[in-house]
Amino acid sequence: MTVAVPTSLDDAVRLLGEHPDAMLLSGGTDAMVEINDGHRRPDDLVIALNRVTDLRSWRHDPATGLVTIGAGVTYTELMQPPIADLLPALAEASRTVGSPQIRNAGTLGGNLGTCSPAGDGLPVLSALDADVRLVSATGERTISVHDLMVGVKRTSLEPGEIIADIVLQARDGWQGYAKVGVRNAMVIAVASACLAVDSSQQRVAIALGSVGPTIIRCTDAEQQLAAAVDWSTGTVGPEALSEFGGLVSAASTPITDHRSSADYRRHAVGILGARLGRRAFTVQGDSQ
Amino acid sequence: MTDTLTGTTDRTAIRPGTIGDSPVRPDGIEKVQGTYEFSSDLSADGCLFGATLRSPHPSARIVSIDVSAAWKISGVEAVITADDVPGQATYGLISQDQPVFASDVVRYVGEPVAAVAAIDPETARRALAANDVTYEVLQPLLDPEVAIAGGHDPIHPDGNLIRHQRIVHGDTSATGPIVIEGTYEIGMQDQAFLGLEAAIAHPDQGADGVELHVATQWLHEDRKQIAACLGFSEDKVRLVLGGVGGAFGAREDISLQVHSCLLALRLGRPVRMAYSRAESFLGHVHRHPATIWMRHHADADGRLVNVEARFVFDGGAYASTSSAVLINGITMTPGPYRCDNGTVDGFAVRTNHLPCGAMRGFGAVQACFAYESQMDRIAAAAGITAEEVRLLNAMRTGDTLLTGQPVLNVAPVEECIRETAALPLPDEPVGGHARADGSPDAMKLPGGAGRTADAGDIVRGIGWGVSIKNLMYSENFDDYSTARCRLADGVATLKFATAEVGQGFITIAGQIARTVLGVDDVVLDTIDTTIGSAGSTSASRQTWMSGGAVDAACRAARERLFEAVGAAHGIEPVRLMIDGTDVIDTSGDLRVPVAEASAGLDIDETVEYHHPKTDDLDENGQGNCHTAFAFVAHRAVVDVDPELGLVKVVQIATAQDVGNALNPLSVTGQIEGGIAQGLGLALMEEIIQVDGVIRNPNFTDYLLPTFLDMPPVVATLIEQPDPHAPLGAKGVGEPPCISSTPAIVAAIRDALRQAGVEKPLNRVPVRPSDICL
Amino acid sequence: MNNQIFTLRVNGADHDVADSWLGESLLDVLRDRIGMMGSKGACTQGECGSCSVIVDGSLVCSCLVMAATAVDQEIVTIEGVAPVGAPSDVQRAFVDAGAVQCGFCTPGLIMAVHDLLERTPEPSDTEIREELAGNVCRCTGYGRIIDAVQQVSVARTTMAEGAR
Repeated sequence: MTVAVPTSLDDAVRLLGEHPDAMLLSGGTDAMVEINDGHRRPDDLVIALNRVTDLRSWRHDPATGLVTIGAGVTYTELMQPPIADLLPALAEASRTVGSPQIRNAGTLGGNLGTCSPAGDGLPVLSALDADVRLVSATGERTISVHDLMVGVKRTSLEPGEIIADIVLQARDGWQGYAKVGVRNAMVIAVASACLAVDSSQQRVAIALGSVGPTIIRCTDAEQQLAAAVDWSTGTVGPEALSEFGGLVSAASTPITDHRSSADYRRHAVGILGARLGRRAFTVQGDSQ
Repeated sequence: MTDTLTGTTDRTAIRPGTIGDSPVRPDGIEKVQGTYEFSSDLSADGCLFGATLRSPHPSARIVSIDVSAAWKISGVEAVITADDVPGQATYGLISQDQPVFASDVVRYVGEPVAAVAAIDPETARRALAANDVTYEVLQPLLDPEVAIAGGHDPIHPDGNLIRHQRIVHGDTSATGPIVIEGTYEIGMQDQAFLGLEAAIAHPDQGADGVELHVATQWLHEDRKQIAACLGFSEDKVRLVLGGVGGAFGAREDISLQVHSCLLALRLGRPVRMAYSRAESFLGHVHRHPATIWMRHHADADGRLVNVEARFVFDGGAYASTSSAVLINGITMTPGPYRCDNGTVDGFAVRTNHLPCGAMRGFGAVQACFAYESQMDRIAAAAGITAEEVRLLNAMRTGDTLLTGQPVLNVAPVEECIRETAALPLPDEPVGGHARADGSPDAMKLPGGAGRTADAGDIVRGIGWGVSIKNLMYSENFDDYSTARCRLADGVATLKFATAEVGQGFITIAGQIARTVLGVDDVVLDTIDTTIGSAGSTSASRQTWMSGGAVDAACRAARERLFEAVGAAHGIEPVRLMIDGTDVIDTSGDLRVPVAEASAGLDIDETVEYHHPKTDDLDENGQGNCHTAFAFVAHRAVVDVDPELGLVKVVQIATAQDVGNALNPLSVTGQIEGGIAQGLGLALMEEIIQVDGVIRNPNFTDYLLPTFLDMPPVVATLIEQPDPHAPLGAKGVGEPPCISSTPAIVAAIRDALRQAGVEKPLNRVPVRPSDICL
Repeated sequence: MNNQIFTLRVNGADHDVADSWLGESLLDVLRDRIGMMGSKGACTQGECGSCSVIVDGSLVCSCLVMAATAVDQEIVTIEGVAPVGAPSDVQRAFVDAGAVQCGFCTPGLIMAVHDLLERTPEPSDTEIREELAGNVCRCTGYGRIIDAVQQVSVARTTMAEGAR
């Protein structure tokens, strides 16, 4: 096997074009676990992406409101202002990832590439309807994150393609992320949810992690809550919130495994949904 | 934390480095600089790397083992199986029931079948994969009740029942107006030391002996078992303690010791073995999962009248120390409380689960979760508080256990409870004090960074746990310890085989020598088998036993010193004593510095320290089977999210019966560290096996408490020197992890009650779904 | 990089790494190829922090870094923190405060605490806990470690004020 450490995206894409079976290594926080355990054994080429400068930065276009995040931006970087102020849910999700050591190495692009249903960044990307730019030796394409994530650790990435950046619209409206784990830090999500409000469009988006084969968007719940909110005051009734939680639960399709039970996950994700809704809006009759 | 650590001893006049001071660890600088050699850091020129082939099945007959393909791999130097064990085919701590390598059947997932040695770890791994073992899979025995009922063919020639013991004491029909019955379950906990199993074996020239450097808890017991399997006399096997990265019971049994010696002897070259984390979960014993039924009878005031209990410990495939764990558990049935009558039935059984044995608390942990859960229910029935029911029933010196054994030690149960109650409750409200910018601090709430809750979602509860732990070994076992003290030119050199596993015995050994001999300089010799046994670093016993041995050896050396000084100055030695660093004449003016007095001398004393003999239990479980006892109280404050079932422990308060705190800082470390393991069992730590297969053999899914899970600890040391202990000091390692678990669970129940929810929570670890579904 | 030899810059010195399988982690290469045994491995999954090192200024788990990808980066290990026998303030405080028991987690924690105090000289209790949550200790229950961190923070602040 050989290891390549390209410093430009062009070089990385060219190498991948020449070696379509090459393994891409971003922060290493997922891939190295598999390699250390012997579950994965690269024997051709490994292309390390951590020094590709094109992937290591983000930018914000105030005119369009678009935030473009290089795939190699780390969770630690996503937790810092000003990007944390533009995308607070992504900052909150990043803070729940592993430990400082993991957040210093792990990247948003790696999160997408692994595409675990428990990936902490992914519900945020889903709720914010991110687009993902994929680059290959023969060109590039931009697809919706919804089309990229197709199953448990399965993406629609074609051979030769590298995740270059993730494009999100900075929105006017509350957004937040919540995640249940059995430990108070450094834990894989048992259930997670991102809720994002688009005040100008008077829409609500909620995406769920760890309660299905991939990230789940709850369109029924979104429509119910958007309809229940009094947008002029930003208030919502408590019954509507609990109905929202119920619809969120109903949208989940969790499994039972050694981390938790399907029943608990279904229950917990509904609670998370209702609580995120409570944070997003003022609850009518609530004196707090 | 230390700011609230209180004790009852005035330490102002203590000479630095002596008993009662908290000198730093002698290995501290090496450990913080990364130069300390753990056993996994050991290597040797030309050494080979060993690896173990393990069973993938919980129960199977071995049809054939074909190692020919492994031999063909370049760099593979040896492949060994059961046929290559020259001595005894089996080993074990109490009964030798565990094969070095399985030959006819495998009895758990992970059982060793063969071992290889190769030029590097990677080649060794490939050699393992090339071995071809054909199994005929059998129906595993996984239900302990089936084992008890005889509903499964014996899975081992010794049968499926490892031990059954009854206790019948007093008026077994006694009852009262309060009768409380419950069944409690304890999951399988892993010791999860960080320093994985590792050893290097150096064969002697001619392969007629071997030297093994290994991380272990008991060098001499290892040597005995290794020598038997190698077919050597014990003097042909020398053990040297490799740096130990934590133990907690998991290194009391043999893991890779015999395998590495066999490979080294076969090849005439040093062989290194080191387990991965996944292999470690398979390669050492765990805390026994247990199911415990208890029925307490109490009078209307809440005073215990009678207790009935049935214990079932799942020992897994091999016996290890199951029979002793069982006895600890059942003899602690009433806890640290007076109870004149009782009937207990205890079973330790064999199944095709992972083998279980020693872990910190050793049977007392399981019993305590059951009896303390019961005590809270008795309090509720009697209309008194958790604190009151415990004070009402608190054991005192002279009270007897259900075995008829009187507790002759200092037994400050009441003081432990009162001093714990006197410690301040946390001053922070739920969610912590508001931060400067008014924003909530998510890290102060259950769920932490996951931001699952707001302060209004949380309820706070308080719970109690009090426990008793027997110290040292029981049932007629003479777990003596040996120490040697040499004194010359003001320098004391200590030699012992006491395994330093992180607990800090090497620190207090020096303190004892400085105190007894008046020296400043203490040299610690290598910890190995060139001196007599020190017994195991377990059962909270080394401060008492090896501390007693070091103390006795130093006192013997001091006698020789006094004889020499007396002869030189024409004074009766009995008139001499040590004052600070001087020898003084108690009836005269003589004052000679010890350094001067010992100049040119070569004093060399070796002493064995034995505790008083204990007895076996009779068929009714009667007998003075235990050596000594220690006590502790814990009060837990927890914040609970009743809807999500998430918990944050806010504070643990504790007062512990320590006898005499030889090194208060070390005692604090044992208290805080033990509580962290008790918290782990309460909330997150469990080895999950499905159909006999472990599902979480890694630290991603076997969760250990982190900095954000462990709360501040406020502690009071109850210092009442025990007249039976050589230094007045009781062992302090185990009690912290025993009643912290039920205290936390009781606090969760209390919090839920505030939210109007009544949950039994009769199983640990408590899962979120146990709370909210 | 198409050959089997690569060079790592560790604690300011170059080390040629030969004979390694290129998929090996930085932890394995540091220990088994370069002979720096100070970094410890206890999980190989980034869950325990015992193997923490600094790569180009970032605290990372060396078990999750493929060594061959760390060429041309500045790697600092526990061996690079302070000369043998002349411990850093953090190392000294760990010993004095009773933050060391078995010591297996300690080198990784020393790296993490130095990194924390560089970025946050006066961390709160909660900040210490969050920032060190990736370093698991099985012996101490963390209390004495927090004490050690606070001691260093206070000592450094006092010294900085005295210098003013």
